[in-house]
Amino acid sequence: MARITLSNLAHSYVKDPQNDKDYALRELNHEWEDGAAYALLGPSGCGKSTLLNIISGIVTPSHGRILFDETDVTFADTTDRNIAQVFQFPVVYDTMTVQQNLEFPLKNRGKDAKYIAQRVASIARSIQVEDILHKKAQGLSADQKQKISLGRGMVREDVNAILFDEPLTVIDPHMKWELRTQLKALHKELKHTMIFVTHDQTEALTFADKVVVMNVGEVVQIGTPQELFEKPAHTFVGYFIGSPGMNIIDVEITGKEATLLDAKLELNQSYSNLKGKLELGIRPEFMTLCEEGCGIKIEIIRIEDVAHHKIVRARYDNKDINIIVEEDVIITKTMNNMTFDMDKVNIYENSWLVEGEKL
Amino acid sequence: MSLELQNISMSVDGSMHIYNTNLTLKKGTMNVLLGRTSSGKTSLMRIMAGLDVPTSGKILWEGKDVTGMKVQNRKIAMVYQQFINYPSMTVYENIAAPLRLMKKSEDFIDKAVRKTAALMRMTDMLHKKPLELSGGQQQRCALARSLVKGSGLVLLDEPLANLDYKLREELRAEIPKLFEESGAIFVYATTEPEEALLLGGNVATLWEGKITQFGETAEVYHNPNNATTAKVFSNPSMNFLNIEKKEGFIYFSNSNKVPARDIFLKLEDGKYLAGFRPNHLELKAKSDSSLHFDTHLSVTEITGSETFLHLSYDNENWIGLVHGVHDLEYGSNLSLYLDLRHIFIFQKDGDLLQTASYVTNR
Repeated sequence: MARITLSNLAHSYVKDPQNDKDYALRELNHEWEDGAAYALLGPSGCGKSTLLNIISGIVTPSHGRILFDETDVTFADTTDRNIAQVFQFPVVYDTMTVQQNLEFPLKNRGKDAKYIAQRVASIARSIQVEDILHKKAQGLSADQKQKISLGRGMVREDVNAILFDEPLTVIDPHMKWELRTQLKALHKELKHTMIFVTHDQTEALTFADKVVVMNVGEVVQIGTPQELFEKPAHTFVGYFIGSPGMNIIDVEITGKEATLLDAKLELNQSYSNLKGKLELGIRPEFMTLCEEGCGIKIEIIRIEDVAHHKIVRARYDNKDINIIVEEDVIITKTMNNMTFDMDKVNIYENSWLVEGEKL
Repeated sequence: MSLELQNISMSVDGSMHIYNTNLTLKKGTMNVLLGRTSSGKTSLMRIMAGLDVPTSGKILWEGKDVTGMKVQNRKIAMVYQQFINYPSMTVYENIAAPLRLMKKSEDFIDKAVRKTAALMRMTDMLHKKPLELSGGQQQRCALARSLVKGSGLVLLDEPLANLDYKLREELRAEIPKLFEESGAIFVYATTEPEEALLLGGNVATLWEGKITQFGETAEVYHNPNNATTAKVFSNPSMNFLNIEKKEGFIYFSNSNKVPARDIFLKLEDGKYLAGFRPNHLELKAKSDSSLHFDTHLSVTEITGSETFLHLSYDNENWIGLVHGVHDLEYGSNLSLYLDLRHIFIFQKDGDLLQTASYVTNR
């Protein structure tokens, strides 16, 4: 297991990059702590796969260096980096049994038979495949095959890191719960450095100690799930994390007074020297729908009953507004005002979070 | 206009893929087929489309028997998980393709393409090639092609499965609006309960080749008439617990029993299955009558605003969903509470006996 350091790392697929647009991955400095679980989260084309491929050695970065502990591995082959990888689609040997598949990485490294038997038994128990160990992989379902792939990725204790490239994409929702739990339990037990690439916010947030959010080749924020949820550093993070994402409302600010289209609010912080485009961000979870006259009037478009809560779809100042209401709240026709939990209001200047002064 | 499946069944090489199924879908409705992989969603759609002939039973379209009629001779459109477009043609020509096959006039084609493109919000992309578009736009192009010929039946087989999470969220919200105007019958297959809820309309829950319930989507979610439907239509799954009523007591496990009151009063002595949703487990009792469980916590998952608890209780695996961020130690014991209003009671064979009272008072 190792700490992974990215030093002035950047990558362009273009030979002679001229500007930011030419970079699939813009310059980045980051340390991945030994033994932590990270998620790389972002939409397709955001650069997350490029970053993962640089760490695994499939891609050599055009700029900067990558270190495993103190060793520079920038130009090292994948095989020399001593990492395990799990991909989107299961990679198993159909003609081998489940047991043989799980043994394979250990046999390749010439481990002794007693150790192999013990490791395979332990992994098989963790991923709950003990009852099919002697079955050929051929007849297994996609879910089961992906389980074996995960098990094989984790069977070696001496790897520097385990990289997961969207490993749950092809898995049914009910099975995702099971596999995620097993991954978490295994991480807790083995303390491998894990990096998990996904476009699915739920997967990223539930799996990782820290989530790295990327957009158009750039790391926008690195933080715990709670930090990303409560203090998104950029309106993109506010939009991308959460379902529905953060509401963004145009605002003007003087000191601690925020002026919306037709309402004024007193903020918990005071702001000065704000320039550029100002926006107020508030999550649907931190808003309340209330009776006429209690807050700011909105136009209700429709109410969706979504499992354990309701989503109120509304419009204000030409923008979509979403409000989450608990399942046991009865919404009446006269409830067409919104209020905010002022502790959870964030202010953005040219899309980036700005902190004011606490009063 | 309606599509009617009468006593349809399908077996392939002696194994049953679809058990005896009756289903009537009406004009202008969105119908979601919800079930896990290999529950029979695609088999059912292929039968509806006429791509496969059922082993027994009849398919009626507007009252006429169309069983075994070739798909080419019926006005049907199908959209698959992998979005299929012609890469060398513009978006305009991609949408126009089915009409060109039907040898429609240039004037007719132009009107139809522009109308459909406007509906799909693709007007300013008509001159582009599919590969210049984002994944979501490519799938919208495929959807536009399925709508342009005015099909009476549009079959969508997990059309958003290959798209990014956020794009899926946007298209899910758009699809019901886009399709409302067309008046066709839509059938939409998905493995995801949230998707079914967001699409609205009607839902048929499938389990191992059988439709376990069909009805208005929110109604089926809140009022499942059997334990299988409740399991299929919940994510994370509804939690279950074996209970027994005996001599005025309810037994939850060997060590846990409470006097039978409230919802348990009317039950006859015997064994039952109790079900409740993950979000109804609570860290603090809300009322004096709440049930108390000493569970074992294996793992927690934190989403930023909520915490998922992975639990075991008396050999059952449960999932709890609580508000806020809770850092709890893995492998510890955890006391949880459940309000009686939130308990569904099923017969041992799975049929619903008593719906949870919070649903009735909703």
